[in-house]
Amino acid sequence: MILYFLSMVLLVMGLYCLIAKKNIIKKIIGIVIIEYSINLFLVLVGYRSGGVAPILVKGMQVEELVQKGVDPLPQALVLTSIVIGLGTLALMVALCLRMYEKFKTFDMSKINTLKG
Amino acid sequence: MEIILLFLLVFMIIGSIIAIETKNLLSSVISVGVVGFSLSIIFLMLGAPDIAITQVVVEILILVVLIRATITTDNTAIEGPRDTFPFVSSLIFFGLFLMFAFFAVQELPKFGEPLMKVSKEYLRTGAEKTGATNIVTAVLLDFRAYDTLGEATVLFTSIIGAFVILRRKGRKGKAETDSEKFGILEDEDIKQNFEGF
Repeated sequence: MILYFLSMVLLVMGLYCLIAKKNIIKKIIGIVIIEYSINLFLVLVGYRSGGVAPILVKGMQVEELVQKGVDPLPQALVLTSIVIGLGTLALMVALCLRMYEKFKTFDMSKINTLKG
Repeated sequence: MEIILLFLLVFMIIGSIIAIETKNLLSSVISVGVVGFSLSIIFLMLGAPDIAITQVVVEILILVVLIRATITTDNTAIEGPRDTFPFVSSLIFFGLFLMFAFFAVQELPKFGEPLMKVSKEYLRTGAEKTGATNIVTAVLLDFRAYDTLGEATVLFTSIIGAFVILRRKGRKGKAETDSEKFGILEDEDIKQNFEGF
């Protein structure tokens, strides 16, 4: 229970970094922290106490794996999510570097050409 | 077991506090590395070696990309007063969020006793249906292969997007370098340079 709650705390800290910080790199770091916390939460939900990794090793019966193995489904989906996180991070950093070339700063309050 | 996980999670939270609040961007990025690597240790302890390996590799790549973004740019801290509206509104929202999260977490299945209705079937029949001894890869590449296909598409699109954004010369820039490199004059240059004739 407390583990779930602590991962929620991590999520909230990432959201704070995303909303309240002015530096764009800090905002990206906030998004990365949010990704970490959500991945961690999903894997924590699938854990079974005393469980083994869902791999059928030599000399192991299938029934033994069913009794003791941890949940493989969140692990497979989190694996996808981690790799996608890397791709979106590369895209965000590329946009930020472009923005830095144009405005010579990372400060969001100085990049205000979209003001109406 | 749970004590070690708790310790590592608190360590992650401390690392992310440092990453959020420190002024220097480079040390902030390195603190993100602390968070990611302890996350991979947690994955290893939770019986997920595949994710732990992926997390280590991805974390190294994230560090490389973020350090590339910070090290070649102006690294000074951003001065000025803190914006009060985002700060106050986010604090109020996060208080509410944590309160609701606290009640919602009570309703979840207890830590260590997951609901495994679908996954038991995967565990039971994965090896004989797909021939993979690692059930995670069986799920990833056989039972839910369309998901992996979508992942590959997203990854391809984002990398192509990053490549296009970071490309230095568009079509117009290429023409300019042509005229500089090979001395092929543009129409306007010809007019300016040879007006006298």
